[in-house]
Amino acid sequence: MTNPQRGAVEFRAVRKNYGNFTAIPQLNLSIEPGQLVTLLGPSGCGKTTTLRMLAGLETPTEGAILIGGQDVTRLPANRRDVTMVFQSYALFPHMTVFDNIAYGLESDGIKKAEARQLAEKGLDLVGLSGLGDRLPSELSGGQQQRVAVARALVLEPQVLLLDEPLSNLDARLRRRVRTEIRELQQRLGFTAVYVTHDQDEALAVSDRIVVMKDGLIAQDGTPRDLYESPASEFIADFIGEANVIDCQVLSVQGDMARVSAGGAEIDLPARGAQPGPAKLAVRPGAFRVVQDGEGLEGKVASAAYLGDHIEYEIDSAAGRLFVVDDTNTTAIAPGAPVRLQFRGVGVALIA
Amino acid sequence: MNADNRRLDWILGGAILALLILPWYRIRAGFFSFDWLGDFFAEPDLWPGLFQALIGRWQLWPIILLTAAALYLRLRAPSGAGRGRAMVWIGALGLIWLAVEGLSVGTRGWNWGLLEASFGEVDGQPAFGAGAVVLSLFFTCLISFGAAERGALKGDAFVLTSIALLILLVGAFVFYPILSIFTGAFQDFDGSFTTEGVRRNIADPKIWSLGCLTGGACGVAWRTFFLAICTATATTLLGLAFALVATRTRFPFKKSLRLLTVLPIITPPFVVGLALIMLLGRQGTLTQAIYSVTGIELGRWIYGLTGIWLAQVLSFTPISFLVLIGVVEGVSPSMEEASQTLRAGRWRTFRKVSLPLMAPGLANAFLIGFIESMADFGNPLVLGGSGGVLSTEIFFSVVGAQNDPSRAAVLAAVLLFFTLSAFIAQRVWLSGRSFATVGGKGDGGTHAQLPARVAWPVIGVVSAWSLFTVIVYAMILFGGFVKLWGLDHTLTLEHYVRAFGVTFEGGFRWTGVAWNSFWTTMTIALIAAPLTAAVGLLTGWLISRQTFPGKTVFEFVLMMSFAIPGTVIGISYIMAFNLPPIQMTGTALILIVCFVFRNMPVGVRGSVAAMAQLDGSLDEASLTLGAGSGRTLRRVILPLLRPAIMAALVYSFVRAITSISAVIFLVSAKYNMATAYIVGLVENGQYGVAIAYSSVLILVMITVIGGFQMLVGERRLRRRPVPPAAKEATV
Repeated sequence: MTNPQRGAVEFRAVRKNYGNFTAIPQLNLSIEPGQLVTLLGPSGCGKTTTLRMLAGLETPTEGAILIGGQDVTRLPANRRDVTMVFQSYALFPHMTVFDNIAYGLESDGIKKAEARQLAEKGLDLVGLSGLGDRLPSELSGGQQQRVAVARALVLEPQVLLLDEPLSNLDARLRRRVRTEIRELQQRLGFTAVYVTHDQDEALAVSDRIVVMKDGLIAQDGTPRDLYESPASEFIADFIGEANVIDCQVLSVQGDMARVSAGGAEIDLPARGAQPGPAKLAVRPGAFRVVQDGEGLEGKVASAAYLGDHIEYEIDSAAGRLFVVDDTNTTAIAPGAPVRLQFRGVGVALIA
Repeated sequence: MNADNRRLDWILGGAILALLILPWYRIRAGFFSFDWLGDFFAEPDLWPGLFQALIGRWQLWPIILLTAAALYLRLRAPSGAGRGRAMVWIGALGLIWLAVEGLSVGTRGWNWGLLEASFGEVDGQPAFGAGAVVLSLFFTCLISFGAAERGALKGDAFVLTSIALLILLVGAFVFYPILSIFTGAFQDFDGSFTTEGVRRNIADPKIWSLGCLTGGACGVAWRTFFLAICTATATTLLGLAFALVATRTRFPFKKSLRLLTVLPIITPPFVVGLALIMLLGRQGTLTQAIYSVTGIELGRWIYGLTGIWLAQVLSFTPISFLVLIGVVEGVSPSMEEASQTLRAGRWRTFRKVSLPLMAPGLANAFLIGFIESMADFGNPLVLGGSGGVLSTEIFFSVVGAQNDPSRAAVLAAVLLFFTLSAFIAQRVWLSGRSFATVGGKGDGGTHAQLPARVAWPVIGVVSAWSLFTVIVYAMILFGGFVKLWGLDHTLTLEHYVRAFGVTFEGGFRWTGVAWNSFWTTMTIALIAAPLTAAVGLLTGWLISRQTFPGKTVFEFVLMMSFAIPGTVIGISYIMAFNLPPIQMTGTALILIVCFVFRNMPVGVRGSVAAMAQLDGSLDEASLTLGAGSGRTLRRVILPLLRPAIMAALVYSFVRAITSISAVIFLVSAKYNMATAYIVGLVENGQYGVAIAYSSVLILVMITVIGGFQMLVGERRLRRRPVPPAAKEATV
């Protein structure tokens, strides 16, 4: 392939209305070739609409979509060089696994014999060789899912779209399949756009995560960026859990800031913060719970023993906090006064 | 060469060929007989469009010029939005011009005096023939291809063309005829405009009198209306009783009850009336039995509204039963179980929960019964006597000595008003009110049994009515073997021999009087069935899978044709297709077209229902895998819809055999249909042969439906349900 932009995706000022309802006010997004980018967000945030516009199943009201540097905005789904793995898999129930995989190849005008060979290769790719003559109904959920992936991949699309591909699998299988998808993507090097509402899944598979809310991009970055430096309260709470508390930035020196929250003080990356009131995202595991000593004063409201860790709800001057303690094995009884100390990780100033 | 140009080349080629070699005008002996090939050069009426224009039919020049303009666009303009817009214009102008010139120039010149005064005289022209038909298809395709090039519906030419063709066909074969009724109402015998007939008929006390409230006789419109109300009430109540017995009692014959639902499908509509005459008429079995026991003479009471009502309730209760089974079963068992756990007894549960949940379904069944009764033609024809209803009055005002088209038109408009009001009530008022739809969540549990104080009366009514139905059908089967009903009960095969005799003397020959109409019926039904199924399924697919502007209107109009009574269709077809531009009366084609557009809504409903069960992402998957929508339909949708297709085929086949109301207007000596022939026999008093013929028809249809059931029963798809698209709670 000589096209250097093969696999690149770009949304230019895309707007999508459904009647009077604006699903996506304006979307600008570019995806580099070979990346796996996840669109993450709560339901109704526009992530699936975005994916469907990329597939050609919806037409943007305004703006342009480019795939591999070519404007495809008005191109129907069947003329775009992208394929999609559906949430329900959408395997054709009346065709065998082979016919399902060869379907797209034959639509492209490839001869039956050749299509069958390629289909066989595709089946190998997902580790299902030998199951080609079965009907989809004769496969397990995980196998069906892999057939759907093979069917999409044999066409060697510039971009593979995955619409919540794991949501119909049980939790254990989900972890395995997501690893497989990631491996496959890295081995073959195709661009993938992955839609999910599950933040664990997003953190595990992505090169880059685009968090959407109300049709807008809330934050866009690597999994680590998003977790460690959330741009907003929404992101902090959506990617992992977080207690958002009020704080005071006391002073800024270089790129570090001295922050005071509920009586405790801590040094944090400033991220452009100015001295004055601010907000702090504190992960549940960022506190050490001690019964005496320095730190934020609090009182245990409830405690739950969960085997390898203990979950507390603690009332403090900063409000009710959700705290996970994995260093002790005995829970502190509700009502007891405690002190919360920052462990130095899992705390971020919200810009 | 891109796809835009390729498909344009095809239709341009077709249009040019049609202008050059296909006869522009209709050929009396029929295009497909190809007799005309011999006289092609000698007879100017057979010449193609271009030559017609050259010999002075100037009204064809615009069509040729528009075709030339399309050709110019193809050769000189690049495909794109600009060319698309021009193509849409050319296509629309072409269609409009075809309609205008076709409607204004008739066989003997101008159709309207006004035009002659302004434009001078013009030669008359025959109706549209092969050439004109191809050109109208060409212009339609031009519109849809143009729209595709402009990017409408994501540039999907297949979908656009399907929509455009359907609109053209529905316009020509549903709207144009209905419109012709209204223009017919305002026309004199010679075609000039007059309001005399309308004024006379609208004020006619024979239609509108409410005299029966004060002891006199009511007008036919009100009689029909009262009859429809009574029939709808009775069929709804009986249907509900049947549905309750079938689903919520321990009645031992529940399975056989469901067989009843097949009856209205296989019974020609006048047969029940016929059987009632044999049972309760003056020479009827029951009448004579009552006379011999009690000495009471019952007389002719069966002829008239009471008799029609009885026949209609017998005929339409099974339909209501079929509708209400779904309603009764649709009430979620967990609602009833919830009610019972809240300390409500079975009676209270039934009254406070089950019945209110069924109410919209009951209203629906009532409206269906109302429409069916209004549209019924067979029973009133047989039993009407002197007091007819609207549908028979329409018939007699054109075929009888009256011959008053404007009266027929006014009556048809009245009938149409009633049925369309009921239809609109059903669609607008009832839509969204159904509680009976089963939700996506798995609903366990079983339906509560009926409380005893409801169960026993209901079972009683159902048993009595079922017995009555069985007797009526037994009369039909038995009646064909009796020499002269009511007078001479010797068993005989005479009627069957007369109807279906064959002889081997001097070679094999079909000597029976029924064979001619029987084979015509079978042939026409066989041709109409696949066309009906195809049109219905395509429409259903467009409605359920495509979004396009005006879709709601499109769907509404299509389903509305379901509510147009057959009699109205019949009269409208005669009024519309007896003269150019579209002349089809007396041909087999008019029967086929009538069946296709009359039965299409059933195919539409079937395919919409079947497609609702197919996960929409299957289509989308096919599209993202590079298949166009045509290929998606062919490779993915159609194979999965096979049972629905078969059902549509069988249903339209059977409906074509049993229908009478529209057919009776459209049959001709050459193409006579079985039902029309039987009605003729009844009118001549040949009950024996009529009954024998009807029994044979019923048997044929039982065979067809039974065979179909076995076929479909065997080929169940090996498949588990598609995994539910379960959306998990988001974080």
